[in-house]
Amino acid sequence: MSQEYTLSSTATADTSANAPLLQIRDLEVGFKTQRGLVPAVRGVDLTLHAGQTLAIVGESGSGKSTTAQAIINLLPGAGQVTGGQILFEGKDLTKLSSAAMQDVRGREIGYVPQDPMSNLNPVWSIGFQVEEAIKANGIAQGRDARKRTIEVLKEAGLSDAEDRLKQFPHQFSGGMRQRVLIGIGLSSRPKLLIADEPTSALDVTVQRTILDHLETLTRDYGTSVLFITHDLGLAVERAEQLVVMYKGKVVEAGPSAEILANPLHPYTQRLVAAAPSLASRRIQSARRPETTDQLDISSVGSADDRLIARADARESGTHQDLIQVTNVSKVYNIRKGGFKTDQLKAVDDVSFAIPKGTTMALVGESGSGKSTVAKLVLQLESITSGSITFDNRDVAGLRGKELLNFRRRVQPVFQDPYGSLDPMYSVGKTIAEPLVAHGVGDRASRQARVRELLDQVALPASTVNRYPNELSGGQRQRIAIARALALKPDVIVLDEAVSALDVLVQGQILNLITDLQAELGLTYLFITHDLAVVRLVADSVCVMQKGRIVESASTDDVFDNPREAYTQKLLEAIPGAHFQFGR
Amino acid sequence: MPSNTAPSAGHYVADLEETPVGAIDQVDSSQKARSTWSDAWDSMRGRPLFWISAVLIVIIVAVAAFPNLFSHTDPARGCLLPDSNGGPEAGHIFGFTRQGCDVYARVVYGAQASLTVGLLATVIATLVGLVIGALSGYYGGAFDAIASRIGDIFLAIPTVLGAIVLMSVLPVRDPWTVALVLSVFAWPQVARITRGAVLSARNADYVTASIALGVSRFRILVRHVVPNAIAPVIVVATTSLGTFIVAEATLSFLGIGLPPSVMSWGNDIGQARVSVATAPMVLFYPAAALSLTVLSFLMLGDVVRDALDPKARARR
Repeated sequence: MSQEYTLSSTATADTSANAPLLQIRDLEVGFKTQRGLVPAVRGVDLTLHAGQTLAIVGESGSGKSTTAQAIINLLPGAGQVTGGQILFEGKDLTKLSSAAMQDVRGREIGYVPQDPMSNLNPVWSIGFQVEEAIKANGIAQGRDARKRTIEVLKEAGLSDAEDRLKQFPHQFSGGMRQRVLIGIGLSSRPKLLIADEPTSALDVTVQRTILDHLETLTRDYGTSVLFITHDLGLAVERAEQLVVMYKGKVVEAGPSAEILANPLHPYTQRLVAAAPSLASRRIQSARRPETTDQLDISSVGSADDRLIARADARESGTHQDLIQVTNVSKVYNIRKGGFKTDQLKAVDDVSFAIPKGTTMALVGESGSGKSTVAKLVLQLESITSGSITFDNRDVAGLRGKELLNFRRRVQPVFQDPYGSLDPMYSVGKTIAEPLVAHGVGDRASRQARVRELLDQVALPASTVNRYPNELSGGQRQRIAIARALALKPDVIVLDEAVSALDVLVQGQILNLITDLQAELGLTYLFITHDLAVVRLVADSVCVMQKGRIVESASTDDVFDNPREAYTQKLLEAIPGAHFQFGR
Repeated sequence: MPSNTAPSAGHYVADLEETPVGAIDQVDSSQKARSTWSDAWDSMRGRPLFWISAVLIVIIVAVAAFPNLFSHTDPARGCLLPDSNGGPEAGHIFGFTRQGCDVYARVVYGAQASLTVGLLATVIATLVGLVIGALSGYYGGAFDAIASRIGDIFLAIPTVLGAIVLMSVLPVRDPWTVALVLSVFAWPQVARITRGAVLSARNADYVTASIALGVSRFRILVRHVVPNAIAPVIVVATTSLGTFIVAEATLSFLGIGLPPSVMSWGNDIGQARVSVATAPMVLFYPAAALSLTVLSFLMLGDVVRDALDPKARARR
């Protein structure tokens, strides 16, 4: 890219007094593989001024994290900077020796990694790890280091810091661990903090408090922040400047509110159109014979027609509760050293019903018991009390043939598209597995059905011989959906089925399941932590908290008039909840 | 749709020609389909160590199967005492043993017994360990508790000590009995590794998915769990083949392995011991053959481990 641009929000030109803190010029990063050097970042320019916050957004594989890692020279083994400059306060970081770079890292540029679960060493106490960072950066030594450690943890928002010094990472929740990592990142008052998806692994409400806290700290210290994120809402809410990356290149850059209200590059337009927000409406089936995988989230015009049609269908008497969950509880016995056991009530007196042909969303944060409900409905765990009926038959205690029959009609799609497919099975074998297990058809008819299913989930027939490790997360999830559809079930339980996917792919999969619902009359139990997605697919919503359902209503009621404080808090915590995306 | 107002000064948009927008999430059909096994094969194929060990193993197996193709001298006959501990001469490049037998011929014919014991012991120990380990890892409960304790007991006995005791009770001493005795002490290790691999594969999401699809428990074990747990077992089997050959040699050297009538490297080493000071080469050749064989299998095991290591496998 030859065009020079500035992200300065002020109109003043670059004077020496107002030189940018970080300036990346034409950066190129490649990864060495057996097939030669594969470029990951291809000519990226960006400028960040002191005190500013900038977000790089993009899907996985866009090069956003690689760019951040290149700045602090933390590229994974095979990666190397192959061209361009990274000017930090005027000095080129790509030219520094590793010893000189070590001084910059931590002391001048702080880093908050993505996964708070794996980025603290489980065998050392929290205090030791914070102190280590403080000593390594030469901020304080000896007794002062200990004092500073306590200060850092206090700043990070741990009020009882002295007591917590001796605790170990497993005694901290995900949010608290991320606070510690932010504390370490900011401990030496760096001029720049790089936060690589700092809250992606956390619940929305925790995410909100962490980001609020981070904002306060960096504002107080005058630290510039470089966010790496896939979440447009988070970017517009937390960063004044935005850089959109796609396939290793910058496709659009500028003030974030302006870009997201008025996206000009087709890729940004796509991203903005697919970003679920509170303003979204339910997707309607857009399946036409010639366009099978069109992204149709943006067209909201005929939503009312669809709602009227749905209401008509309901009144015409076809409405019937296919699944009824009544006063269901699930208690786990947890071993607590020796012979003592503790009881954990994972699901507490939960009741709901799903009418045939509709989607009910079960929403909650981690530990709310929503996935346990999925397991209970799927008969993967037995219920402690209460009853679950499917098609007016009690499913508890189904055995042998009856259980097999139930499994044939109620199929699951799980969260992790990397884990739910056997890596040793080809795609064709995976999709045919339920047919084989239930003894449906012969070899030839099964093969025909597999091809038909691949077509239904919009994958080419040539995928049959491929293995899961060759496919992307979205493609794997399509395979999982095809496998679930193989036996022509009535109900599909989607347990966080789109949570691990990039927003565009997520949009595609949501379209797909909506189309399949219209085409095959499927009933969905849609389990998710993401309220914004719920609005796109669900007819009714149950909000779970600590094993109980706290609110249960139609989707529009929950979003427009949430009754419970907890629901309101969840809605408020969605990043960029009130931002009007340009569509 | 976005309006067509011009962007403000700070708003940069890339040239559309330079950054074309592709289809979302398209299947890359440019490359041919790859299974885990073909991935492993590709990884092994590129390593010289694999080819070196493979060629050596092929030669050793060929020697063991058709020793008469590699030596014109029949080692059982034609041992002449005047040749005792004689040096190399035309037609007898490795010289003669104390009994005046041709060393080269004995090394060639000895391969069969050593390799048979190694292969048999590996197959028996692996099969027994695999079945017991898989069942106890998958079903757990009482079977697991009992099988694991029995395995621990066998692991606690030093292999050579146990083998000496067992071999001295057995009425027959041939490659089969030696292999059986060795596998008695080797299966618990395979069972342990299998059990661990099965325990982690058992909790994989694809197993839960299969249960929910209505696949039977046993079928899941055979079709999903074992294939995903087999890689470490194959690695252990490849490396243990070498150690079984060594163990056979040890037992034969001590005089309680194969009987002296069976030609094996262990027996030859044992017999050469007495004349090691005067004719060290008589000891050297069977020992070198043994080392080369063991080394080949260890190298192959190394390459196989690297190829099957899940961390080394590309996850795109």
